[in-house]
Amino acid sequence: MTSDVASARSAALPPTAAGAVTPTTPRRRRPRWVSQTLLTIVALIFLAPLVWMILTALKAGGEVFSTPPRPFGDALLWGNFSEALAYLPFGRFLLNTLLVATLGTLITLATSALSAYAFSRLRFRFRDGIFFLYLGTLMVPQEVVVVPMFLIMQRLGWVNTFQALILPWAFTAFGTFLLRQFFLTVPMELEEAAKIDGCGHWRILRSVIAPVAAPAFAVLAVFTFINYWNSFLWPLIITNDVSTTTVPLGLNLFLGQNGQEWQLLMAAATISMAPTVLLVLVLQKYLVRGIALSGLGGR
Amino acid sequence: MAVTTPIVVAGDTAAVGRRGAPQGYRKGDGKSAIPFLTPGAIGFLAFTLFPVFASLAMSLFDWPVLGSPSFLGLGNYSELMSDTTFRTALINTLIFVVLYVPINIVVSLGLAAWISPRIKGRRFYRVVFFIPAVTPMVGNAVVFGLLLTPNGLIDSTMKSLFDVGAPNFLGSTSWAMPAVVMMSVWQGFGYNLLVFSAAMDAVPPSLTEAASIDGAGTVRQFFSVVLPLLSPSIFFATVLTLISSFQVFTQAYVLTGGGPGSSTTTLVMYLYQSGFQFFRLGFASAIAWVLFVIIMFITGLQFLAQKRWVHYDQ
Repeated sequence: MTSDVASARSAALPPTAAGAVTPTTPRRRRPRWVSQTLLTIVALIFLAPLVWMILTALKAGGEVFSTPPRPFGDALLWGNFSEALAYLPFGRFLLNTLLVATLGTLITLATSALSAYAFSRLRFRFRDGIFFLYLGTLMVPQEVVVVPMFLIMQRLGWVNTFQALILPWAFTAFGTFLLRQFFLTVPMELEEAAKIDGCGHWRILRSVIAPVAAPAFAVLAVFTFINYWNSFLWPLIITNDVSTTTVPLGLNLFLGQNGQEWQLLMAAATISMAPTVLLVLVLQKYLVRGIALSGLGGR
Repeated sequence: MAVTTPIVVAGDTAAVGRRGAPQGYRKGDGKSAIPFLTPGAIGFLAFTLFPVFASLAMSLFDWPVLGSPSFLGLGNYSELMSDTTFRTALINTLIFVVLYVPINIVVSLGLAAWISPRIKGRRFYRVVFFIPAVTPMVGNAVVFGLLLTPNGLIDSTMKSLFDVGAPNFLGSTSWAMPAVVMMSVWQGFGYNLLVFSAAMDAVPPSLTEAASIDGAGTVRQFFSVVLPLLSPSIFFATVLTLISSFQVFTQAYVLTGGGPGSSTTTLVMYLYQSGFQFFRLGFASAIAWVLFVIIMFITGLQFLAQKRWVHYDQ
């Protein structure tokens, strides 16, 4: 037990410091397996709502409510998922959201990278002033801009269009801020070497800085995609047509129109969550690092 | 383009270190910056800076969707002062913030401390608790609707275990807000958990070892060594969590629709109703600015108060 703890601790240390720590004897600590088991139970209770969602999605309508609760119905009805996709039509909402989130992420990455390069690498008049103006708007809540934004979209004739869902949020200061922080950590020597080889600014950004800052791009891409995917207030305001309805909005419609069909609603909810959960599981390493570095994320 | 010699650059980099962008002007950089800044700047001006000021201006008008706006001065704001729905929404939002933020911080801190190096598979647990933070809020709320509804999972479990059903959470004026808070904590604390976990990983083990040699137990080590070192992260997380909690909307909108009665109507919900159901765009802008001012005021207070408890001396 004691050596267990000691080795677990030294494993967390950088290699040079590891030897310096003498394995002390922690007294009166609960054994690790108790702590681990309790934590696993807490994690399971925490996940229970999502597990219940999936179990309910596989039941027949009459089996959703029962006392005592039953985890499974008589059969696993996978057909509920295809029925949910065809209903409303939820499948169309998925495609809409995929398009909006992907395009929005690409535009955000491109414009943020360009601005971040200028703010971190070039020396021009008013640079810091302009940057502080960007930073200042980080504090402005979305709700403040939503009303005039609605009018702007109306004047442009963009109500119920994809550009209305994408463009207003593709130029926020957050991306510029995040990428700038990463770009600043790329050594100047790399850039100067490239310059001597005759590279211009475009080449430097593309061939020198972007490859080194790939993890930063990954972090920004994941957060931006998830924000677009989950966005609710703005789509609620700017779309009222099936052709541009997004997944969260569709789920809300579903609830309003057919809220008693819980098994289909849960199937739709499961489908709506799958892409973001997959993204997080696949890119967890980047996400954890990105949150640690920026502390911000998608809030 | 002026090419500086590598030697000068090396010195330059060392002096600047990681603190900021290189200072001073360089000939030609202004011109080079234009194509880099323009795409972002156009969007930033059109979709961020302009709407912020437009919203402030609109809050001084009676601004219907159809028809022409008329100037009211501070009329919208004085109407808000005597508006009982607004007062209810403000109080509800404050109740939400006061309940949600401390619970969120305590839960995320506690779990971050629990998921210590003693636990195997730490990253797995962190990601598990983070999952609802990235799933659509509407989805989370719909699932909680199923759990909290009469005969739902919570009610039927209680009935079969204790013979007593659960309260009708979403249909009761006294339970609806706690239910919204509970759902929000479940869905939201994963972010702060990750922030605190990363900060705890950065605490040098030699410090807790030293405290342990001096006779400090686990609890004492946490409060006297780890917590002060974490204070910048806690400050940062509290600021951001407070800001986002004042903006609470989606979960209440989906779970309760603001009811029963107006027991879960929040500021943003009232903004949405005023602006996009009753189409009083000026009035909605005024609500937005009240919200903004409250957020700025609270954030400012926190920055003033941080000197008393946040330690940056590392």
